[in-house]
Formats: sequence, C-alpha cells, structure tokens
Amino acid sequence: MSHQRTPLKQVKGLGSAKEGTSHFWAQRLSAMALVPLILWLCFSIASLPGMDYVTLREWLSHPFTAVMMILLIVAGFFHARLGLQEVAIDYMGGHASRTIAFVAITFLAAIMAVTGVFSVMRIAFAG
Amino acid sequence: MAKARTDKRPLSPHLQHYKLPLTAWLSISHRATGIANSAAIVLLVILIASASGTPEGYDTVAAIVGSWFGKLVLFGFTLTLYYHLCNGVRHLFWDVGYGFKLQTARTSGIVCLAVAGALSVITWLVAAAS
Repeated sequence: MSHQRTPLKQVKGLGSAKEGTSHFWAQRLSAMALVPLILWLCFSIASLPGMDYVTLREWLSHPFTAVMMILLIVAGFFHARLGLQEVAIDYMGGHASRTIAFVAITFLAAIMAVTGVFSVMRIAFAG
Repeated sequence: MAKARTDKRPLSPHLQHYKLPLTAWLSISHRATGIANSAAIVLLVILIASASGTPEGYDTVAAIVGSWFGKLVLFGFTLTLYYHLCNGVRHLFWDVGYGFKLQTARTSGIVCLAVAGALSVITWLVAAAS
C-alpha cells in the first residue's frame, strides 16, 4: 500500500472521516434490533380492540409493552439520526449548513426520544 | 481551438434520459422510506405523549389520526416501514457478501416489494378483525 500512511494510521484504520466503521456498524446494529421491534409494534397495535384513551394506556402500562416500546423509541431515533445524517452529508454542500443540519437532527432526535421514553414511563408507572 | 468532439465516446447515464433499472428505484425508495419512517416514529411519540396526558388532549390527536386521511397516512406508514425493513434485511445480506448477482439483486428486490405489500395488507386485516 501507500508509503504516505504511517503505521499507526494503518493500525487504527479510521480513514478520512476519523470515525472508521463506527457509523456503519451502529446503523446495522440498530437495524437488526428494529426488525423484531417494528414487527411487534405494527401487529400489537393492529391487534388492539380499539385506539381509545383507556385501551391504549392499559396496553402501554403492561411491563412487556413498556419495555418493548422504550427499546423501539431509543433504537428508532438512534437509527433515524444516523440515516438522516447520511442524507444531509449527501445533499448538503456547505460545511456550515451541514453542521447546522447535524445539530438540528441530533437535538430533535434526542428531544423526541426522551419525550417518548418519559411518556411511556409516565403511563406505565401511573398503573 | 475548440473543436467539436466527433468520436463516439460513451457518456455517463444522464438522469433525464436514462431509464433507471428497478434496482435503482428500489435504492432511492430505501432512502425515501427511511425519511418517511422518521416522520412515522415522531407521530408515534406524539400519540404516546398525548396519551400520557389528559383524555381531552389524547382525543384531539386520536381524532386526527383516526380520520380517513389519518388512516391513509397510517397505511402509507405500514408500507414504508415494511418496505424499509425488508430492503434493510436485503442490505444486511449484501453487507455480509451475498446476493450481488444482477438477477439475484433484481429478484430479491421484487421479493421485498411483495413481502412489504403482503405484510401491510395482513396488518390491516388483523386490525379490521380485532
């Protein structure tokens, strides 16, 4: 290979983005988690007798539902953030606009994820 | 100095003239459905957050989601979620080195579309039955 690279760089193998394969791996890992979670979500909601206030709360207050829903919200927003970040990298040219997009995507994902987890807990602990 | 080029060199495919193969459309759809799914999970949080509050607040949100337009959007979300899920599994197979042959990639794409459509219909049949 090239003699321009130092042995340390060869060993670390982090490439030009300084992140190595961490983004790639994190996206695959969350994708694998989301396969059963999304199937569970769609079929569980479809199986509910209705979507009224009482039914939805009763369902969400089951420990299994609450844990699955929190896992889905966390994995979902983690995965969405990584994917939307890739979209921003591909379509936004300017360094400034791209940075603003990264900050906005990350903050929005964090706010929505924490709101979701908190809401599930609030329903679950209310009994 | 400028002389018109007379040799017949191949041009790179121009998007306005080149007919995209199915696999290319599926690739674009993966990204488009991914963006749509981000909206879907935001809607999920809005629904759960409103359910954690007062019944009145929840009913307002549920009335919008439960309208014919809301249901149409929900049906769209089942399609985008299932398509992205199936095509994501297709990507995972590529990641470990399987399914790169042209015919295989085409067939697996058609399978993704079929499975996504079937899962959506089954989900809504389950919803209608319960």
